[in-house]
Amino acid sequence: MIKTEELTKRFGETLAVDRLSFHVNEGEVFGFLGPNGAGKTTTVRMLTSLISPTAGSAVVNGFQVGKEDKNIRRSVGILTETPGMYDNLSAEYNLRIFASLYEVKDIPGQVEKYLRMLGLWDRRFDEAGTFSKGMKQKLAIARALLHEPRILFLDEPTAALDPEAAHLVREFIAELRKAGRTIFLCTHNLDEADRLCDRIGVFKTHLLVIDSPANLRSQVFGRKVVFHLRQAQDGLAKEIMALTFVKDIKVVDNKLIVTLDDPENHNPEIIRVLVAAGADVQFVGELRHSLEDVYLHLVQNSG
Amino acid sequence: MKMEKIKTVIRKEWAEVFKNRLVLSTIIFLPLLFTALPLIMLSVTGEAGSSDLTSEMPSQFTQLCPAGMSSGECFQVFMVGQMMLLFMISPLIIPVNIAAYSIVGEKTTRSLEPLLATPITTAELLLGKNLAAAVPAVGATWIAFLIYVVGASILVSSPEVMSALLDPMWWLAILLVGPLLAILSVNFSIMVSSRVNDPRVAEQLSAVVILPLLALFFAQLFGIILINRQIVLAIAAGLFVIDIGMVYMAIRLFQRETILTRWK
Repeated sequence: MIKTEELTKRFGETLAVDRLSFHVNEGEVFGFLGPNGAGKTTTVRMLTSLISPTAGSAVVNGFQVGKEDKNIRRSVGILTETPGMYDNLSAEYNLRIFASLYEVKDIPGQVEKYLRMLGLWDRRFDEAGTFSKGMKQKLAIARALLHEPRILFLDEPTAALDPEAAHLVREFIAELRKAGRTIFLCTHNLDEADRLCDRIGVFKTHLLVIDSPANLRSQVFGRKVVFHLRQAQDGLAKEIMALTFVKDIKVVDNKLIVTLDDPENHNPEIIRVLVAAGADVQFVGELRHSLEDVYLHLVQNSG
Repeated sequence: MKMEKIKTVIRKEWAEVFKNRLVLSTIIFLPLLFTALPLIMLSVTGEAGSSDLTSEMPSQFTQLCPAGMSSGECFQVFMVGQMMLLFMISPLIIPVNIAAYSIVGEKTTRSLEPLLATPITTAELLLGKNLAAAVPAVGATWIAFLIYVVGASILVSSPEVMSALLDPMWWLAILLVGPLLAILSVNFSIMVSSRVNDPRVAEQLSAVVILPLLALFFAQLFGIILINRQIVLAIAAGLFVIDIGMVYMAIRLFQRETILTRWK
């Protein structure tokens, strides 16, 4: 659905996007993470044909960026960083304008469908300016979906929303995901990315890493298993460390934190060693690093 | 170029503009004022009767005074003629408010990016914005002129004076030069509007477009120039060429990327 090769954007002397190469598959929710000023919005603007690349190439929905821009704009939906609604006009009229510009055939039908889907039908005649931030954001999402785009670009969809509104927007994105829509999600909200995205690209002018959230965790930190003991005895850590598959071990209070490549196969062996050494194993669990830990590790070590 | 998209832009602009009381009052108030002034002038100068006012007028106008018209009537035609240029000013001023806001307003409300993300072409967008600003201005001017014609026919009893007041030159000016001036004004405002970030700055800079017409107004008032049919036709021809250049320039200067990336 999206494929970029060495995609680059310069603004004068400033390098905004540096040789970005990646692909997004059909029906995938792709998270695009990066600090402020990393070039996320610039990338979205290039992929939606709002601005042209300085070098490299990109194909979106089978159309070449810079050569088939009108086709790209027709086939993608975009939720910009700020909703950008016409505040003096009603919610319904806002959508009718965009439906017409996107050449939607059944304008009243599509407008009604998305106003109802996003819970705005009862407020359709109210001016968009009277809406809360969350409602405006939902209206902007409806606007991006009116022409049933195959790819949806969402730039910070929950930024500046209160938790309840953010939750509603996230739920709607999850519904779109279930419906098989391809979504390119720029976000600062790592929990949101973790929950919604199939794969994540961490980006800071250039792409640092790209993988599923689970794989990113194990790539960066390895897999860690916590063995909770009634009492950690001296010498237990040495015995565990002697096992060839154990990569690292830490003792924190009565817990042993063991780094492993394949916990599913290695945990039983460790438990046997612990029991044989007279330790009481209370319970065992995998230590999950948050995506935030992964992100910070990558961004802070990117130089 | 798709007419439906152009119509959508026009409808959207009007829906927004006509909710703005300031713009609405400009569209209504200015033409009314410019209608009232020549009518007041007619009413006041009508009392001059047949008194000899030849010395008050530029000599070239006195020479052109139609035979059979008293010097008082001739003075009346001369004075009202000064005011007729006001009908040229309204198609210049009115669109400035609408057009100057059209791009920069979208920038400030952040609605331009979603708009540019649609498959609308620059020509469709700018043509829509052009017509949305020019049509109300030209319409208001024409309605104002019709009110003036009706008012003049009530106030003026002399057929010679009435004929002079409704000289084809003025019809030409109102029906042809007026729209051309409106197009000039709109495109100049859109060009300014594309390059600045503050609607007030856009309005102030766009107002510069009125200066050449004001110069013409004062040149006639002080007898430096006397507007006649040839001058009106020359102005129309000149404006036509300038307008083509302005439309071309407005489209060329409307750089989507620059507008989006240089937002403050």
